[in-house]
Amino acid sequence: MTALLEIKDLHVGYGQVEAVLGVSLELEKGQIVSVIGPNGAGKTTLLSACIGLLPSRGTILFDGEPIGGLGVEARVARGLCLVPESRELFGEMSVSDNLLLGAYSKRPTRSELLARRDHVYERFPRLAERRRQRADTLSGGERQMLALGRALMSKPRVLMLDEPSLGLAPLIVEEILRIVHDLRQDGVSVLLVEQNALAALNVSDYGYVLETGEVALHGPSAELISEERIFASYLGGV
Amino acid sequence: MSWDIAMILTVDGLGAASIYLLAGLGLVLVFSVTRVIFVPFGDIAVFGALTLAYLETGRIPPTIALVATLAALTVLVEIVRLIRQGTHAAIPRTVLNWGLLPLLPCLPAMLLAGGDLPTYLTVLLALALVVPITPLMARLVFHPIADASVLVLLIAALVMHFLLSGLGLLFFGPEGFRTQPFLRGAIEVLPGITASYQILLMIGASLVLAALFFVAFERTMIGKALRATALNRVGAQLVGIRPAATATVTFCLASLLAGFVGILIAPATTMYYDSGLAIGLKAFVGAIIGGLSSYPLTALGSLAVGLLESFASFWNGAMKDVIVFSLLIPALLVRSHFSTHAEDDAEEEV
Repeated sequence: MTALLEIKDLHVGYGQVEAVLGVSLELEKGQIVSVIGPNGAGKTTLLSACIGLLPSRGTILFDGEPIGGLGVEARVARGLCLVPESRELFGEMSVSDNLLLGAYSKRPTRSELLARRDHVYERFPRLAERRRQRADTLSGGERQMLALGRALMSKPRVLMLDEPSLGLAPLIVEEILRIVHDLRQDGVSVLLVEQNALAALNVSDYGYVLETGEVALHGPSAELISEERIFASYLGGV
Repeated sequence: MSWDIAMILTVDGLGAASIYLLAGLGLVLVFSVTRVIFVPFGDIAVFGALTLAYLETGRIPPTIALVATLAALTVLVEIVRLIRQGTHAAIPRTVLNWGLLPLLPCLPAMLLAGGDLPTYLTVLLALALVVPITPLMARLVFHPIADASVLVLLIAALVMHFLLSGLGLLFFGPEGFRTQPFLRGAIEVLPGITASYQILLMIGASLVLAALFFVAFERTMIGKALRATALNRVGAQLVGIRPAATATVTFCLASLLAGFVGILIAPATTMYYDSGLAIGLKAFVGAIIGGLSSYPLTALGSLAVGLLESFASFWNGAMKDVIVFSLLIPALLVRSHFSTHAEDDAEEEV
C-alpha cells in the first residue's frame, strides 16, 4: 500500500539554521500518525513545510505526486490541510463566516456548502450555539473547535494538527482527541503533532519521536508507549 | 459667516466628501488586503476623468494605448517568469488572463470612440478602460515584492505615482479638461439654498457605491475572502485563498472606484494630468482617520475632510490644503492614544 503522505529526507531551515534535518515519515490512508517530541524538536517547522508556509529541501509526496513545488493554496486544494498551533482564525468574522471560508478551496455549491456547515455544527454543537458570535470572542476550546471545524469544511484527505491540546483544559483536550479519533471514520488521515505524548500515542496508530530535528525513534504507538526510553524522556513517567 | 453661506459651503463640502469617501474606501481596501498604501489612486482617477473627456469630445482616448502597453509588458514578464519556473503549461492561461482579458474593453472603445456617443456609453467605456490599469501595474510592480515591508511597498507606490503622472502628461498632454455635467439645473433643498443636481448626483452615486461595497463584502464569498485576507494572511492561505488572486481582485475594485471618482469629479473640477496626488492625499487623510482599516470611520473621516476643505476655502483659500492636512495631527494623536500596538505591526516596521 502506498502512503497518502510521504516525506523523504526533508530539510527545513530558517536562514542559516536548520530546524528539520532529513526527516522521513509516512502516513497511510485512514491512519492517525503522531509526531511527538520536546519543545524545539522541529515539529511545527515540519508541518509548516508540509503545507508550504516554509520552503524546504527534500521530497514531499501527496498521493504519490510531488507537491514540494506547489504553493499553499494548491496543496490545500489537493486535500492537505493544516490546523496550526496559533489557530489562525478570522477574529473579526463570525463563527459561521469562518466555517464558510473553510471550504473556499473547493468552491462547493451553495447547498453543499451549507450542508457541510451543518455537518460541522452537528459535530460541534457548541459552534452552532455561537454561530453569530465573532471568532475572537470564543474561549480557547471553542477556538480550537472552530479551527478544526473550518479545516473539516474543505473535506481534507490529510489533516495536520499542530498541538491541538495546547493551553486547553483536560476535559476539552479529551473531547478534541475523541473527535480526532472519530475523523478516521470519515476517511480523514491525521498527522498529529503533540507535546502531550501519552495522549497523542493513545489516539494514534503509529508514532514518530522527533529530537533536535531528526527522527529519534518510530514505531506503532502501542509499542512506543511501552518503550521505557520514551516513557522516561517524554512522558515524564506519567 | 451667515447661515446661507454655511449651508452653501456644507453642500459643496458634501460633494467633495463623496469623492473622498470613494477614494478613501479604495485606499483602505488596497491597504488592508495588500499592505500597499496606494498613492497612485488619484492618478488612476485622473485617467478616468481624462478618458471621459476624450470620449466626450469625440477623440480616441490614449488610455487604449496605455492599457495595451501595460498588458504587453505584463504578459512578457509573466512568460519569462513561467519559463524560468519551468511551468510552460501555464503560458496560454497567462496570455489569456493578463494579455487578452485586459484588452477586452479596448476593442469597443476603438470602434466607438470618435463618434457622438450618448453619455452613459462614454461613462461605461471610460470605466471599462480604467479598470485594467491598476491590476496590470500592480502585477508588474507589487506582485514581485508582495512580501516586502510596508515601507518598501510605499516607496514602490510613490514611484508608481510619479510614473503614472508622467505617463499622464505623455498621453493626455498638459492641458486641463472639464467634462459636461451629467445633470443640469438645481433644486432648492432648503428655503434660499440651492444644490445643483450634479452635486446631488455625486453624493447619491457615492452613497450607493459605498453601500454596494459593504453588501459585497458582507454577503459574497469573494468579499469574505478579501476580508479574511485582510484580517489574517496566513489563515487565508490555509483555507486555500490565493494572496495573488485576492490582490488582483482588490486592485480591480480599486481601479473601478478610482474610475468612478474620476467620472464624478470631472464635471465639477478641471482635471490635469497631475491633479491626482491632491485627491489621493486628501482621501488618505480620511483613510488615516479610519486607521487604514475601518470602513465606517473612513467614511466619517472623508466627511470631515470634505467639509473642512469647503469651509477652509471660505475662511482662507490659500491655506485650504494646510488646514485639511493639519487634520492629520489630531487624528494621529487620538489614534495613537487608543490603539494598542500589535506585535505583527512591529514586525513590519523597518
